[in-house]
Amino acid sequence: MSESMRNFLIFLLILAVVIGGGVLLNSLFSVPFFLGVTFVAFGLITLGGAVAVVTTRNLFRATIWLMVSLFGIAGLFVLLEAPFLAAVQVLVYIGAIAILFTFAVMLTRSLTQLKDRYNRPYATLAASVLLFAFLTWVIWQVWGNWTPSGDIMLATISDTTDLGVALVDKEGLVLPFELASLLLTAAMIGAIVIARDVDEDEKEKRG
Amino acid sequence: MIPLWLYLLVSAALFSIGTFGVLARRNGVAVLMGVELMLNAVNINLIAFWRYMSPTEVNGVAFAAFVIVIAAAEAAVGLAIIISVYRSRHSVVPEEADMLKG
Repeated sequence: MSESMRNFLIFLLILAVVIGGGVLLNSLFSVPFFLGVTFVAFGLITLGGAVAVVTTRNLFRATIWLMVSLFGIAGLFVLLEAPFLAAVQVLVYIGAIAILFTFAVMLTRSLTQLKDRYNRPYATLAASVLLFAFLTWVIWQVWGNWTPSGDIMLATISDTTDLGVALVDKEGLVLPFELASLLLTAAMIGAIVIARDVDEDEKEKRG
Repeated sequence: MIPLWLYLLVSAALFSIGTFGVLARRNGVAVLMGVELMLNAVNINLIAFWRYMSPTEVNGVAFAAFVIVIAAAEAAVGLAIIISVYRSRHSVVPEEADMLKG
């Protein structure tokens, strides 16, 4: 089978899963069809990207997959009606952190092809699957039959204006806000100091 | 409305995948990528609970925004440490960075 044929089949499979997930959500929980399709699509992008991040041998490709996964999470934020956070996710994570990872991968380029990718892959895989099973059990026990009250779903959602006011309100979040900016400054200075290359004559001067 | 536990399930799966990345990968940069995935799983949880419990309050979104700030600081410092270790040891494997061992 040629590679383009295989890719096309994979594409059809993903399409079938997305549409089937939408139909399933519609019939089981009476979720509107397109809302269900969007949720399944973004969930697949997130989880598929994440699996590719932890399995890809080439680290540069892993960074690209990380961007894909973070983009899927931004989509989930939009579905949860937090558009400001989705924008922050795209700007800060995809625009800044993923680029930072790309630089780190390139600066350590010669080691992108480590001979063995994993430490004890099977034991760790088993532990991760057990963790997921445990979390699923807890979620099902606690939140399986829980439904939100109707007025919460219809309530006016706090928007970006409310967030901005709360961040500078002295009754609100101004202290954590200032602490966060202080932390960012400290992290920036720390990163520069740690990663700076000390040149040779400066080393001699220090003794 | 999509049931809350579906969001929690996606978040739990993402957290488990991140855990696998942190524990199993040998490359330090890949370990940090796993940490980022775990932090994002936590963020999905925070926003989902905010939307289904108290959407009129601003606390959920603010908390998630602070998590993003901390994640940015962590990534910057972590990658700086990895580059610094790579300079002196020519290795990005966390196990080989044992200069502080007595």
